[in-house]
Amino acid sequence: MLRMSRLTKTYRTDHVETRALYDFSLEVKAGEFVAVTGPSGSGKSTFLNIAGLLENFDSGSYELDGLDVSRLADDDRSLLRNAKIGFIFQSFNLLPDLSVYDNIDVPLRYRRMKVAERRERIDKVLELVGLAGRKRHIPAQLSGGQQQRAAIARALVGEPAFLLADEPTGNLDSTMAAEVLALLEEINAAGTTIVLVTHDPQLSRRATRNLHIVDGQIVSAGLPTTPSAPRADLA
Amino acid sequence: MFGYHLRLALESFKRTPGLTLLMLCAIAVGISTCIVTLTVYEGTSNDPIRWKSGQLYAVTIDSWDPNEAANPKRPNLAPTQLAYKDAKYLLSSVIPTRKAAMFRTQDVISGGGAADAQPVPIATRVTGADFFPMFDVPFLYGAPWPAQLDEGAEPVIVISRELNEKLFGGANSVGRTVRWNNRDFRINGVLNTWFPLPKFFDLNRGAFDALEDAYVPFGWAAALGRFPNGGRVACWRNDPIGSFQQFLQSDCVWLQMWVQLKDAASRQRMQAFLDAYWSDQHRSGRFGRPQNNRLTDVRQWLIDQEVVDNDNRMLVGVAFAFLAICLLNTVGMLLAKFLKSAPGAGIRRALGATRAQIFWHYLTEAALLAAGGAALGLLLAAFGLQGVHALYAWGSIGPGGYQELTHVRWGSVLWALTLALIAALGAGFYPAWRLARLPPATYLKSDQ
Repeated sequence: MLRMSRLTKTYRTDHVETRALYDFSLEVKAGEFVAVTGPSGSGKSTFLNIAGLLENFDSGSYELDGLDVSRLADDDRSLLRNAKIGFIFQSFNLLPDLSVYDNIDVPLRYRRMKVAERRERIDKVLELVGLAGRKRHIPAQLSGGQQQRAAIARALVGEPAFLLADEPTGNLDSTMAAEVLALLEEINAAGTTIVLVTHDPQLSRRATRNLHIVDGQIVSAGLPTTPSAPRADLA
Repeated sequence: MFGYHLRLALESFKRTPGLTLLMLCAIAVGISTCIVTLTVYEGTSNDPIRWKSGQLYAVTIDSWDPNEAANPKRPNLAPTQLAYKDAKYLLSSVIPTRKAAMFRTQDVISGGGAADAQPVPIATRVTGADFFPMFDVPFLYGAPWPAQLDEGAEPVIVISRELNEKLFGGANSVGRTVRWNNRDFRINGVLNTWFPLPKFFDLNRGAFDALEDAYVPFGWAAALGRFPNGGRVACWRNDPIGSFQQFLQSDCVWLQMWVQLKDAASRQRMQAFLDAYWSDQHRSGRFGRPQNNRLTDVRQWLIDQEVVDNDNRMLVGVAFAFLAICLLNTVGMLLAKFLKSAPGAGIRRALGATRAQIFWHYLTEAALLAAGGAALGLLLAAFGLQGVHALYAWGSIGPGGYQELTHVRWGSVLWALTLALIAALGAGFYPAWRLARLPPATYLKSDQ
């Protein structure tokens, strides 16, 4: 599904050079639920941006679903992102002036899908995330948990090969976080590959595999320390 | 996608009504200023008879004071008008295909309506029958009077369409009688709508003076027995003029003269005819200034008479500079608005929008704004031109004059659309391009 090999990414300003990823190699198989942890500034977000084709890397190779994306033009990366990847952000990143329905509609619009098919897909994901009754609401009229569920619906509506989630429960209280996490597990169980970036070790225990990044490199990889054990505070 | 972008643009306007109105006004004011200025400029710089302007010549002879040019600022130019005796002689030439001397008078007319109808003040052009075919004047009813009636004081008259509307309610009035300055005149023809702009054949009252309401044969120039009262009379001698006959024989200039010459050879022969006349008169003691006999075609005539002066050109420049300032302000406001929505563009990029789609999304908004600005600008321009119209619409029954400059034409509408397009590209291109080039990842962490 996702194979990165010896990736490096360095940010440069006039006087400062910051190495974000160095000799970074990773393989994620279809259907996995991978949690990526690490302290602030460790390179988690850079990894997520590169994995989501939002940023380029300096060297190494990256294959997404068997396709080498290293030399893809910006437009091709956009099309691939639209077709294969769903994003879930900590701050939801819903478009504040659009209704829930219209927010979910955005990726399908860029796919130039017919109205009937768009409507069918949107209604289906709204049912899945439990927001069918709120589709005409704008984000400000929803709770944090509902907003994140709307964001998940938007990520899922294009039926992506994998989901990239950046601290998806970071802005939620424990009850809502538990709901969202349960939803992600449900999605993963249905076959969608999930890569979740977090610095919350408790959350990472819910994944099927953990990766720990420090200074732009994976320093440990393996099963969660307490596999599938529900967090006490989320239970 | 265009429909989607259009919907997003409209929603964006709804979110920021104040800013949108401000930008609309900036574009509209700039565009309307340009349209008003260009419409007036177009009118002033127009060749009103371009299909034959190369065959029509104003005839001038420098009959002015030997010690001072008629126009001290442009001493190379002869007076724009002729004395009666010179015009009469030049009219005897058989070289031109057509020829006409002419002047404008102020008169009264009545008839056609109720018996107690009040006389109407009108302007009349006293001229030859050739005036009409030479300047391609269209007729609604009837025709010019026969050329043989030019010499005598024949009571025939051609009236404008507007005067015909006023006196006869627009009916065919050919053969009917009107009372012109206490004399009965038979109507020989009614003109159709005609407004040559500028009024090149007589610039004495300004290039955009209203057209005359009636036309009578040139013989009336002498037969009226009164000094011309509606045009410009210029005399350089201080000799007293006691009678109208003395006036006709004086060197006072008050007649415009135009000839139609079919080719270069005719022009050469006419020039020789003029020069020969000048030499005769010079030998007899007239024409003390250096020989300066001119046959000036319409285009050169408009240039010589400074119909399009530098002020007009400068005004157009100022109007465009003003539009540029308005657009720059709009660019600034759009840039601020678009950059504020950069996180939204970042999200769309993350969700699969290409740079081109982001670019067109925001350019559609800018184009819609520009189209709205153009529409509003067109409306403002119509009001502006109406203002110019109101400023100059006095005195005349007939069409023409500055009023005609103020008609919104299809050309102006086309200008508005072109300007709107430039406005859209100018005001929206850069902000939309900037937004499309922003790296999406930068904005994904920030809250909206």
